[in-house]
Amino acid sequence: MAAAQDQNIASPRSDTSAIVEIRDVDYAIGNRTIFSGLSLSIPRGRITAIMGPSGTGKTTLLRLITGQIKPDRGQILFDGIDVGTLNIHELYALRRRMGMLFQNGALLTDMDVFDNVAFPLREHTKLPPSLMRHIVLTKLQAVGLRGAARLMPQELSGGMARRVALARAMATDPDVLIYDEPFTGLDPISMGMIVRLVRQMNNALGITSIVVSHDVAELSQLADMSFIIAGGKVAAQGAFDELKEHDSQIVHQFINGLPDGPVAFHYPAPDYFEQLLA
Amino acid sequence: MKLFQELIDNVRGFVATVGAVALFFARVLGQVPRAILRPGFIVEQIYNAGALSLVIIMTCGLFVGMVLGLQGYDLLQRFGSEDALGTGAALALIKELGPVVTALLFAGRAGTALASEIGLMRATDQLAAMEMMAVDPIRRVVAPRFLGGLIAMPLLTVIFIAIGIFGVQLIGVQQLGVDAAAFWSQMRSSVDVDDVMEGVIKGCVFGVACSLIAVYEGYTATPTAEGVGRATTRTVVTSAVLTLILDYMLTAVML
Repeated sequence: MAAAQDQNIASPRSDTSAIVEIRDVDYAIGNRTIFSGLSLSIPRGRITAIMGPSGTGKTTLLRLITGQIKPDRGQILFDGIDVGTLNIHELYALRRRMGMLFQNGALLTDMDVFDNVAFPLREHTKLPPSLMRHIVLTKLQAVGLRGAARLMPQELSGGMARRVALARAMATDPDVLIYDEPFTGLDPISMGMIVRLVRQMNNALGITSIVVSHDVAELSQLADMSFIIAGGKVAAQGAFDELKEHDSQIVHQFINGLPDGPVAFHYPAPDYFEQLLA
Repeated sequence: MKLFQELIDNVRGFVATVGAVALFFARVLGQVPRAILRPGFIVEQIYNAGALSLVIIMTCGLFVGMVLGLQGYDLLQRFGSEDALGTGAALALIKELGPVVTALLFAGRAGTALASEIGLMRATDQLAAMEMMAVDPIRRVVAPRFLGGLIAMPLLTVIFIAIGIFGVQLIGVQQLGVDAAAFWSQMRSSVDVDDVMEGVIKGCVFGVACSLIAVYEGYTATPTAEGVGRATTRTVVTSAVLTLILDYMLTAVML
């Protein structure tokens, strides 16, 4: 309900030019092709979902966007800057405009919650401690964990850890927040909280959100724009309602969660009976 | 022919690894000046690598010294030279046993802790999260730990030697009746500054080698439980072998 209310107060943004553009990208790991001629544009100020069956390279795509790996061919433009051509210093400067929420939170385990959220501020700014404290408490308040400021990461549940990681990711007020499988392994309440927070961040701060996930139900109520990746390319794109009507078999199988279709239930194997009787 | 090819592949792999370690070392050294600007992190790592290793270093130093006292006395009394026990034991401890045994213990206690800590940070995406926050893990994580180990190692060596000499004295003078005045005076007259410097230099070199191997293995560990385990094992084995090889080379140069 709260998420729906948040959606209602969303004001459409006038500038919806692409903040991330992927142009004809090829990427392979060893002999295995992950992307072949992948092209997509992620609009500014919106929530964009990147979906696809397991193993289609969704996390790899995030690593390409953030410059952790370079494409074999093609361009990845972040606000017009070609990520693949940057040196390490330029890349770090660009990453200060990004925040990333890792699947497991990736909190620094030798620091408490407060210090985790303060970490990027201490590393990149010379703010006085009193101001830094205010910022950290504000961010923790936004994710509902101000009272947990002095807990250690190992004392947090999975959902709490992800909320702390979200507070840390937005500590420096980035332009883009990237979520890698933010719903995996969460109970329905925690999942609802994360969905609400993603929407709030987008609405209140005007942040562009890129959510990589295969949780169709959550993304259907969250995303303004969705891409389904399969076979190294974009299989479908558009608003969620448009994807439901898409005529591609693989999109139909993915959206409806069907066990059989272009993505086979069985991994390629020799003939069953022949193998049993051998 | 196949054996020859395997040999070539192994040599190529070894050279590649040495090159990778050298490049990693250069990256760490490049970040040392910035790491020094935040001494609090280095002091914390000196505590982790040094203070937390004190018990094991002191215990082992005491027993190595006591064994040296027993064996040295047994050997020297055959020639009626028990009074030289202090000199012989001190030189053995200062020039060889102190630095080498401390390095082996350091690799086993602090080196494994460093490798597994950094390896687990890699496996749990903490290093990737730092990179995404535009924080270089080499500067923030690796360099302070490398410097902490580098500083702690010579200090531990000196403590090991001091406790070891106390152990020799405990057995030789207190238990077996070697003359205390002869024990200490012969030691003072025979051990010069060069001998002590040899021990300290070895301690520093082994500190660089063991700390570098530990942080390299941790940083490049495969991000799985098995990968971190392997990195920890490799840290101990490589550190031990390298320590003994470097010991021979340094001894040959400094004698």
